[in-house]
Amino acid sequence: MADEAPFQFLHNEVIQYIYKSSVNGETENGRKITKLENMGFRVGQGLIERCRIYGLDGFQVSNHSLTVQTDGAISSVGHGHGLTKDTVRFKDELDIMKFICKDFWTCVFKKQIDNLRTNHQGIYVLQDNKFRLLNQLSAGKQYLEHAPEYLAFTCGLVRGALSSLGVKSIVTAEVSIMPACKFQVMIQKI
Amino acid sequence: MSRQSNRTTDSKKMNSELFTLTYGALVTQLCKDYENDEEVNKQLDKMGYNIGVRLIEDFLARSNIGRCQDFRETADVIAKIAFKMYLGTTPSVTNWSPAGDEFSLILENNPLVDFVELPDNHSTLIYSNLLCGVLRGALEMVQMAVDVRFAQDTLRGDNVTEIRMKFIKRIEENLPAGDE
Repeated sequence: MADEAPFQFLHNEVIQYIYKSSVNGETENGRKITKLENMGFRVGQGLIERCRIYGLDGFQVSNHSLTVQTDGAISSVGHGHGLTKDTVRFKDELDIMKFICKDFWTCVFKKQIDNLRTNHQGIYVLQDNKFRLLNQLSAGKQYLEHAPEYLAFTCGLVRGALSSLGVKSIVTAEVSIMPACKFQVMIQKI
Repeated sequence: MSRQSNRTTDSKKMNSELFTLTYGALVTQLCKDYENDEEVNKQLDKMGYNIGVRLIEDFLARSNIGRCQDFRETADVIAKIAFKMYLGTTPSVTNWSPAGDEFSLILENNPLVDFVELPDNHSTLIYSNLLCGVLRGALEMVQMAVDVRFAQDTLRGDNVTEIRMKFIKRIEENLPAGDE
């Protein structure tokens, strides 16, 4: 099947696009991070839905397809079809987080999260000691100021995946030395 | 190479979806940012070009392919090795021009367009135009100026997806003045 190089290159190009384009006169850094995060969000949602089609880890098979809607937005249709069926498979929140750390991370980055910590009050810290999207960038503090650009998409990815599993969250990331990084997931209680 | 092709696990499959979905998110963003499809096509081509000029390095390093003797060999390498390696599909090479400077890649399945439908108001959008840019950029780095465009696209109601490639010229290596 597909190779990881195209994704890596595409990811770089997406970042370049968002940062270089000054469409609508957007210069503010935060807006750009949000844009990247939102793109990741939609992809994360889609991936979880696709999981079900492949029957990964006991996911239900259902019929999904993506459409470019009239406003140009690509969204999934038929979403939520087997959602309740799938979510009861997880015992609790921690179970869902474990799924993200193991199966989801392996699907996307071909490795597991190295360390998962929680305060049992809705905050989880996922640590990846060799994060794939930073791996080629630096091994130390060089280019540290660019790290947020390379993490925003993935933050969205995690948030999107969780949202498809029925968990609302805020995901942020921090790096002190590349290529290690920590993702902090704050579960939003409804 | 052989080890690579043996690792066709579920996680590999997911990865291609990650690529497909990310690409979809990008096209969506472009459609939001630009007023008309022409601009989106142009932007996709440009981004593809940027990817191509870098992807060729990865390709040459991993595939052990040397310089191609002629355009026919180039076509074979693109279809049978590069497409297979990066998109997991092998297009067929057909419709050679008599002069041998033009051919078509027929894509039976285009992984970029999995789960995509084009709405009516995007009828001039060339959804997978990134591919053209990638091919053009990559070939430029091996001294070939090539014109690449979509001649047919299943997304727009054609029976097949066809990428037409036309050899323009060999790019001469620029030697510094006085250097032989």
